[in-house]
Amino acid sequence: MADLKRSQKSAPKPSFINDPKVRGLFYQFVVMAVVIAFVYVVAKNTAANLAAQNKSTGFDFFFQASGFDIFFTLIPYDRASYYWEAFVVGMLNTLLVSVIGIFLAAILGFILGIARLSNNWIIAKLAMVYVEILRNVPLLLQLFLWYTVLLKTLPGVKNSLEWFGAFVLNNRGLYIPKPMPDATFNWVIITFLIAVAGAFALKYWAKKRLEQTGNRFPVFWSSIGLLVGLPAIVWLVSGANLAFEMPTLQGFNYKGGLSLPSEFMALLLGLVLYTAAFIAEIVRSGIAAVDKGQTEAAQSLGLKDGDRLRLVIIPQAMRVIIPPLTSQFLNLTKNSSLAAAIGYPDLVSVFMLTTLNQTGRAVEIVFITMMVYLILSLVTSAFMNWYNARVAMVER
Amino acid sequence: MAKKYLAYIRKEIVPEQPAPIASKGIVGWARQNLFSSISNTIMTLAGMAFLLWILPPLYNFIFGNAVWPGEGVTVEDCRAKGAGACWAYIDSRMTFFIYGFFPKDAYWVTQEGFIASIMTYWRVNAVFAVGTLLLVPLMWPGLPHKVLNAILFFVVYPVFVFFMLTGGVFGLEEVPTIKWGGLTVTLIIGLVGIVVSLPLGIVLALGRQSKMPIVKGMSIMFIEVWRAVPLITVLFMASVMLPLFMPVGMTIDKLLRALVGVSLFSAAYMAEVVRGGLQALPKGQFEAAASLGLNYWKSMSFIILPQALKHVIPGIVNSFIALFKDTSLVAIVGIFDLLRAVQISNLNLDWGSKNQAITGYIFAAVVFWAFCFSMSRYSIMMEKRLDTGHRN
Amino acid sequence: MKNKIVTIALSAAMGLMASTAMAGTLEDVVAKGYIQCGVTTGIPGFALPDADNNWAGLDVDYCKALASAIFNDPDAVRYTPLNSAERFAAMSSGEVDLLSRVTTWTMSRDTQLGMNFTGTMFYDGQGFMVRKSSGITSPKELSGAAVCIQTGTTTELNAADYFSANNLEYNPIVFVDRDEVVKAYEDGRCDVYTTDVSGLAANRSKFADSSEHIILNEVISKEPLAPVVRQGDDTWFNIARWTYFALVNAEELGITSANVDEMLGSDNPSVKRLLGVEGDFGAPMGLTKDWAYQIVKHVGNYGEIFERHVGVNTPLALERGVNALWTNGGLQYAPPIR
Repeated sequence: MADLKRSQKSAPKPSFINDPKVRGLFYQFVVMAVVIAFVYVVAKNTAANLAAQNKSTGFDFFFQASGFDIFFTLIPYDRASYYWEAFVVGMLNTLLVSVIGIFLAAILGFILGIARLSNNWIIAKLAMVYVEILRNVPLLLQLFLWYTVLLKTLPGVKNSLEWFGAFVLNNRGLYIPKPMPDATFNWVIITFLIAVAGAFALKYWAKKRLEQTGNRFPVFWSSIGLLVGLPAIVWLVSGANLAFEMPTLQGFNYKGGLSLPSEFMALLLGLVLYTAAFIAEIVRSGIAAVDKGQTEAAQSLGLKDGDRLRLVIIPQAMRVIIPPLTSQFLNLTKNSSLAAAIGYPDLVSVFMLTTLNQTGRAVEIVFITMMVYLILSLVTSAFMNWYNARVAMVER
Repeated sequence: MAKKYLAYIRKEIVPEQPAPIASKGIVGWARQNLFSSISNTIMTLAGMAFLLWILPPLYNFIFGNAVWPGEGVTVEDCRAKGAGACWAYIDSRMTFFIYGFFPKDAYWVTQEGFIASIMTYWRVNAVFAVGTLLLVPLMWPGLPHKVLNAILFFVVYPVFVFFMLTGGVFGLEEVPTIKWGGLTVTLIIGLVGIVVSLPLGIVLALGRQSKMPIVKGMSIMFIEVWRAVPLITVLFMASVMLPLFMPVGMTIDKLLRALVGVSLFSAAYMAEVVRGGLQALPKGQFEAAASLGLNYWKSMSFIILPQALKHVIPGIVNSFIALFKDTSLVAIVGIFDLLRAVQISNLNLDWGSKNQAITGYIFAAVVFWAFCFSMSRYSIMMEKRLDTGHRN
Repeated sequence: MKNKIVTIALSAAMGLMASTAMAGTLEDVVAKGYIQCGVTTGIPGFALPDADNNWAGLDVDYCKALASAIFNDPDAVRYTPLNSAERFAAMSSGEVDLLSRVTTWTMSRDTQLGMNFTGTMFYDGQGFMVRKSSGITSPKELSGAAVCIQTGTTTELNAADYFSANNLEYNPIVFVDRDEVVKAYEDGRCDVYTTDVSGLAANRSKFADSSEHIILNEVISKEPLAPVVRQGDDTWFNIARWTYFALVNAEELGITSANVDEMLGSDNPSVKRLLGVEGDFGAPMGLTKDWAYQIVKHVGNYGEIFERHVGVNTPLALERGVNALWTNGGLQYAPPIR
């Protein structure tokens, strides 16, 4: 033992050049130096070029009046507004279409993924054809096509489709009544929130009871009753009033109500249909990855069909599904930047195209735009990582 | 009269009966796959109704009422009421869709016939032909000399393409990149994307696995930033900001700018695919390589990477499909790829008609689809091949 | 041998990254052997690939005229398609020698961007197109209408100015691509399509029911479209400007590409001076004395170019209007050559 130790000690020290630690430091130093030199040269060139082109730099343009209008905004905006307001408008529009798009694409993707595994031949094949066509054609091209098709097939303003005098659809967009709640209506909303909390409590209690006594409680229907009934009672009792502003035809266009322009719908349609094709494949392979023995084991435990899917198959499939699903959600958010091609005023369209064109601050604007997407992506993946950690199997 | 036995013993086997009509043939198949339950029947009917609703108008537009190229077919046929897709327009612009502004060969353009029509653009067609000749054996599993083939395709071929298309040497007429266009440019961006992004992606993936904190940090930063932003912002940066990064008075080719953007972008994605392969390798492989006394680069290039890359061939093909679809975005920064060539031709008044644009888009969609679909089939085939025998 | 290959490879790679000297554009151009001309990414009548996959149009012909004057070869031009966002950057970086790209001559562009405008090739104005069935006759009636516009252009700002100046409600639908704007209008997404009148005419001709659309008489802006060169290079500026003047003068003197050889024998001193029979007006610009003869010989006079690409017999079907010669009541006027 002692000999061994001594021999280790006396092992010849590697020469200075061959010491992996020293080498590691050296390589890192070289990489660092190259990167710094690169950044320095680029910065110097950029400054020289901007000076040669007589261009000013800085972020002061944010507080200048923009001078252009945007037809679809979530906050009040007109041509006297500042550039930073245009920036916010664009960002909100990007968020709007991304959030709704993610929600719808997930639903459609799950339906399609399950349809692909369906026993029904025609349904399974339809789902397959859908997936194989949609995911192999560039999204930009699909957006152009959807937009053209939407404009060509929907009727013009004069021949709009109307339902119940409240919902109007034409090639300008979809118009829906706008709720105009009065002050007492807030109580109805508060009651609804209480009902939501109640529904969760009910679910928790029902699960406890099931575990203890084995008796089931119809949670779903009673929750629905709670969510609808409670606010309805408060509404009737309090005499709160909820008026609706209906869209009406005035001059060229429908006015009033909430309007979703056809650019928004075409973009949403394109993003959802495209992303759903990818999600369908993820869901299919996720479910296929669950061992068949799991189904049989669940059956042998006497679980009902619904419970088997809900308690055994889906939770295991989710572990496989979540990571790629996250990147699909991120892709959808990033792809929403193609909005500019079909005229939807998203961040890229409003900020990186129009604003850049007018102010000429290329470096600043491209940098900010990239930062926004970087932050969006970091937030989304942080959330999905948290969710993934929750559904991850706890190994015992 | 022999004795009567009540007991009955069957002496011979009853001849096999055909299966009941309801469980074989088309009927049986339909009962099993289409009408096995009430909900199944409803779904079948819904599916059929959907097909009946969508197929006839689609067929009429694309085939039935379409205007096909031919003698005496003019734009008036496409403008006629009830006319479907205007394929005559596609036919008349076909060379533009494939070759863009590439100059025609002075001699062959005056000749007639099929050979002449190929030779008119012989430089581009030679590039296509050589590419196919190199790519097919490379992708065909089981053929020998893969390494040599890969070197030819990834190193020699791009050089060949460059000199063949730009010219200016060996007596070839010089063709600036702004004259390239159409499908040629789409394929070139795809080719350069894969040739640059694969090695770069490998380096980045190794960097991300590295034990050196600065190298690792920089690799992670590069990969994550590029993966977080949309390609359109990258392309915009390349087209608006890259010229600013150059020394004053130095300009950088428009196509080259887009190529830089696309390559860096897809390298980040490629890095993640390769990292998947590296992580899937058992740790024993790394230890085995180290115990043989191989240094880092040797162990990587002889032991680790060959295994890791083989594992992720499907992943590489998939990210190449994504890259190929993404090339359509260069249309936004004014490069005349296939989509942009179609778009600009849609403006052409000589064929101005109602369905001009939609026909052009359908054509582009079919071309992109054909490329991407065949690649995805290939990826699935490779996945199955690589799968055999590796299951524990 | 090895060295030679390396040299070829290096020079090839450098070919993609050209270094340009900013001083003498003419010297650069002559050394290169061609003009690098910035054009649009596609506007019918002004610059669009023709049936032979070559660029063609009014803007393109101006580049060809310039090449004829310098090289006696209208094809010594390379075209760089530029979108509105990149055009001035491409000029100041030296990527193109000249911008012939439906660019409106404005004061800020002339004075702040380091650009010089050579002369108005096309007098345009922003107008409105509406459906006949809408019964609209004046832009003042457009309150609340959905307006289709291309982004990143002066059009967008002009429209905003006009609508707010007249207290009209304004509902702009903006697109990056011109053809998307047109499609949206044609499909009824908008009530109005606004852009330069030439553009309106170009696109109207594309509609299946072109008689159903009218272009309102009132224009809301002046859009003199002019070629652009970099400031600070007077020789190049003079060549570019006098190429345009030569085109107009040729029309005024009745010289066409068909009769230019006959005209060499003309007795008219103005014709003699223009065609270089008398005096040498090319040398001070660094050109040959038959520079204008070459221009007319290869691309024709201004009227010929106009009729060839945007005139009444083209799909655009534009009248000469304000673009007629001053002798015919238009605005096209060129100083004399003497």
